[in-house]
Amino acid sequence: MRKFIRMMLMAVSALRSNVMRSVLTTLGIVIGTAAVITMMEIGQGASNALQRSIQSVGANNLQVLPGSAAAGGVSKGIGTSRSLTPQDVEAIQRECSAVYDAAPVVGTSLQVVYNSRNTVPAVILGTSPNYLAIRDRQHLIEGKSFDERDVQQANKVCLIGVTLSQTLFDGDSPIGKVIRVQNVPMRVIGLLSAKGSNVMGLDMDDILIAPLTTIKHRIAGTAATQVNQSAAVVTTINTLSQIYPRTGLDLYPIRSQSQVINTPQPIRQTHVNCIAVRAASTPEIDEAKRQITTLLRERHRLAVDELEDFYIRDMTEIVKTFNDSSTSMLRLLLFVALVSLVVGGVGIMNIMLVSVTERTHEIGLRMAVGARARDILTQFLVEAVLLCLIGGGMGILIGRGASELVKYFLAWPVEVSLPAMVAAVIVSFSVGVAFGFYPAWKASRLDPIDALRYE
Amino acid sequence: MDAIRLEDVTKTYYRGEIEIPVLRGVSLAIERGEMVALMGASGSGKSTLLNLLGCLDQSSSGRYWLDGVDVSALNRDQLALIRNQKIGFCFQNFNLLPRTSALQNVLMPLSYSYGRLDELASRERAEHLLERVGLKERMDHEPSQLSGGQQQRVAIARALIAQPPVLLADEPTGALDSKTSAEILALFGQLHREEGLTIILVTHEGEVAEHAQRTIHMRDGKIEHDTPTAQLAGAIATRIEG
Repeated sequence: MRKFIRMMLMAVSALRSNVMRSVLTTLGIVIGTAAVITMMEIGQGASNALQRSIQSVGANNLQVLPGSAAAGGVSKGIGTSRSLTPQDVEAIQRECSAVYDAAPVVGTSLQVVYNSRNTVPAVILGTSPNYLAIRDRQHLIEGKSFDERDVQQANKVCLIGVTLSQTLFDGDSPIGKVIRVQNVPMRVIGLLSAKGSNVMGLDMDDILIAPLTTIKHRIAGTAATQVNQSAAVVTTINTLSQIYPRTGLDLYPIRSQSQVINTPQPIRQTHVNCIAVRAASTPEIDEAKRQITTLLRERHRLAVDELEDFYIRDMTEIVKTFNDSSTSMLRLLLFVALVSLVVGGVGIMNIMLVSVTERTHEIGLRMAVGARARDILTQFLVEAVLLCLIGGGMGILIGRGASELVKYFLAWPVEVSLPAMVAAVIVSFSVGVAFGFYPAWKASRLDPIDALRYE
Repeated sequence: MDAIRLEDVTKTYYRGEIEIPVLRGVSLAIERGEMVALMGASGSGKSTLLNLLGCLDQSSSGRYWLDGVDVSALNRDQLALIRNQKIGFCFQNFNLLPRTSALQNVLMPLSYSYGRLDELASRERAEHLLERVGLKERMDHEPSQLSGGQQQRVAIARALIAQPPVLLADEPTGALDSKTSAEILALFGQLHREEGLTIILVTHEGEVAEHAQRTIHMRDGKIEHDTPTAQLAGAIATRIEG
């Protein structure tokens, strides 16, 4: 230990005797390490920001969407059929162990009016109270959420997001105000906390959430099939049946026009547009998907060879794509930074070689008073390594400073990365050993007589 | 026991195909506590001989015992150890480490010793030695702040730090004026008398050689003559006559 301290002191005094040169020599390492640190911190920050924006949709999120409806051989794309029901939601809650919770969702897009102001929010949702927990939106700035009773009674209450609140109320508290949606007056009972944009870039704060039944039956339900606009076309687009009338027998006698008018049949469709599901944990997402698929196939009475009439969307796929592209970019930048570290190492080697030549006399003297070849080797190696470690240390500081600047001026998300610092220290140590070895070895091979005589 | 004994030592350098014999059979015995001057024209082989004596180089043939150890058979690392523990060097141009205090210069050889003294004891010994050579007040000065004579004193203190039995000095007064030279030589004489050091001085100057008990003249790689110094001879003669 004492020997180690003595060697360190010796190296420090040798480096201090030529401060300017030591600083210039280590500059390559400083820049290299600083680059690595900044890259890693920005990369880490970006990746964490991505994680957070994924979380904003809700952690461990799954969406069950109805499959495509086909009419007369014309497919209308995913989400157009009416295969999902609130009973499906209950079944998922009851029977899927890998599912934390599930909520039915109906969506629509309509004008919202308050006094002289009006807007069309990005999202209007009808759902059950547990939806908020599933999508991590339980926290309200003001007011309270609706409850099961509101859903059962289709009460005309709603929660709104901050963007919508700003648009309609211009900073005033929205609580207790009555807004109109499709001419239905609704009382605002809660203000949702800000969420930001989701992965798709949709503003999740320009939102109105109301009980499922209110949206379904009071608002969208006025045109019962209008809930999902694309789905709504189903009734009118099916022109083939008029061209090619079915030949099969009807079960019931055909009612006359006057009968239809006299005894209108109440149509209360209960299908939902989407089921919001939260898996119990991230590793269980796949299991949850499997369980839901099995359950819904059973409930929808699909034969083994039949295609599913629903579709499960998994956020992790999107996340993976984003992550992959950002990590490959980061790798490229890291590689460039490592190249600059190697260049810095060559600089160290160059200067150490000069230093060995310059100090030939000193080496000869040290040998004359009893330094062995390996003592000389260690001395110069320690100097090179120390130089690199100092460079690495300065690089870490400068890199941290640079990423703080990036954070301050560009507002990029930056995260302190401890592994990057550890790696920087290890790499600069290895660079010191790798590039300091040759000069040190050269010094240790000197002949003491020649070295002493060297002018 | 002899401090130094050489038996028919030769040294030949090779420059390509050409052989250059520098020492052609040197036999020599120096007793412990002797002070010997080594003289000769340049090219006579005295520097080579000094390098051999200082274990910086090894002979081409012949044998060399230093303090009873057969040095001719040792490897590089063992030679380094011998240099560290048995030999002190003084050079014509002092060879102090620049930008390093006198004290640190004196301590330097100890960092290569085995069975090292602890920090405090080393320091004490170095301070004592500097006091001995008359530089107590200048321990923290760097070589550039010291005169030539003072630098040589630091070098002598450094040579003695590991308490070697043999001190080799290669033209120690070559770079000094006559007054300082005299002081340095007096210091050598004092060390020789008081510590019983074996001292070998390489020199050009006759006056320097006069301080020694014995003078060895080299010529063409051989010892030309090896005589007790005139003074000493005179003293002996007087004693015989008286």
